[in-house]
Amino acid sequence: MLDCAIIGGGPAGLSAGLYATRGGLKDVVMYEFGLPGGQITQSSEIENYPGVFREDPPISGAELMEPWPKQCMHFGLKHEMEEVKRVERDGDIFKIYLPNEKVVKAKSVIVATGSTPKRAGFKGEEEFLGRGVSTCATCDGFFYKNKEVVVLGGGDTALEEALYLSNICSKVYLVHRRDQFRAAPPTIERVLKKDNIELILNATIKEVYGSNMGVEGVIIEQKGKGEIDLKVPGVFVFVGTIVNNKVLKREDGSFICDVNERGEVIVDLKMRTSLPGLFAAGDVRVDAAKQVVCAAGDGAVAGMEAINYVREHFE
Amino acid sequence: MGKYIELTKENFDETIKEGVAVVDFWAPWCAPCRMIAPIIDELAEEYEGKAKICKVNTDEEPEIAVQFGIRSIPTILFFKDGELVDQMIGAAGKEVFKEKIDRLLG
Repeated sequence: MLDCAIIGGGPAGLSAGLYATRGGLKDVVMYEFGLPGGQITQSSEIENYPGVFREDPPISGAELMEPWPKQCMHFGLKHEMEEVKRVERDGDIFKIYLPNEKVVKAKSVIVATGSTPKRAGFKGEEEFLGRGVSTCATCDGFFYKNKEVVVLGGGDTALEEALYLSNICSKVYLVHRRDQFRAAPPTIERVLKKDNIELILNATIKEVYGSNMGVEGVIIEQKGKGEIDLKVPGVFVFVGTIVNNKVLKREDGSFICDVNERGEVIVDLKMRTSLPGLFAAGDVRVDAAKQVVCAAGDGAVAGMEAINYVREHFE
Repeated sequence: MGKYIELTKENFDETIKEGVAVVDFWAPWCAPCRMIAPIIDELAEEYEGKAKICKVNTDEEPEIAVQFGIRSIPTILFFKDGELVDQMIGAAGKEVFKEKIDRLLG
């Protein structure tokens, strides 16, 4: 039986693993279906992880996360490349359900499954996902070299990725539904200074259209000005995230612990959920700041609390 | 030990024309591509002699990417006897790959 099962291999899961193993738990497994690192590895730049800074070009999310797994493994964290289906409480312990009917038992569980990019909901978005509609500029920007693209969103991610794309693409149209951005002031300043980023404010995407070969254009609706038809092959969508809480759902659809109306896991300051022995850390919890440093902090707290829980209940 | 097949425009058609072939379009700078890289390695081992597990580096082989209209990576194409029969866009767990390959081998 595992002392602790960690579900998710982003900054929260890795930090939880580091603290749990280094703090003395023996059998700690982190479940992440591929290489660890999390959503941040898709970010082209990160300027606000304290102590890690490079001015030009800014350090990428992938670069930041690269050394983390090795540090965790050094203290005994094990990584299993499996996708956890769900978690259930069984008496004093937990059961982790894996593919092919495999079940692993654990004394404690830390859920650090994070979040995934949200869909904006315009016509053609699903149909053309991966064929012109993208949620990852570092993955797909290259395919739009010297072409024009649209970026949708007004937060940090949207603006950072618009800047990244502006260095590859001939022009970036930044479409935002308000007249002001929510991003950090230095990022906004850089966007405003960039010659080949054109702002289309108070506007939403109505439709993306195209053919078998992918997107050919976008119809934008601007408040008070009507429709704009842009003939661009690429649309990048950065309109926030939704939490990945699927592993906490029972087969009947109910949750094994308390979640709020947005599906975010309710925790206290020690990352304890309503179910003893189950902890949540990072983007999946309520009031998450959705920052790497915060996810890492959550993971550390959850890791230490898992140690306390296992010592109190099993030793 | 099985290893994946690195496809170029020279060996592409020849490799996929017979049997089941899985082709992962990737690039070194793409994080989700790196995420599934260990899965591709394991599949190459497990399906040795049964299915061809291949990779196309889109940086080095842009013609193949253009030919299949690749606009997002990772994109994984599944071929049976040279015919494109299934595709997957974005990173996914190993079970998802295995299910698709097993269905084609079935």
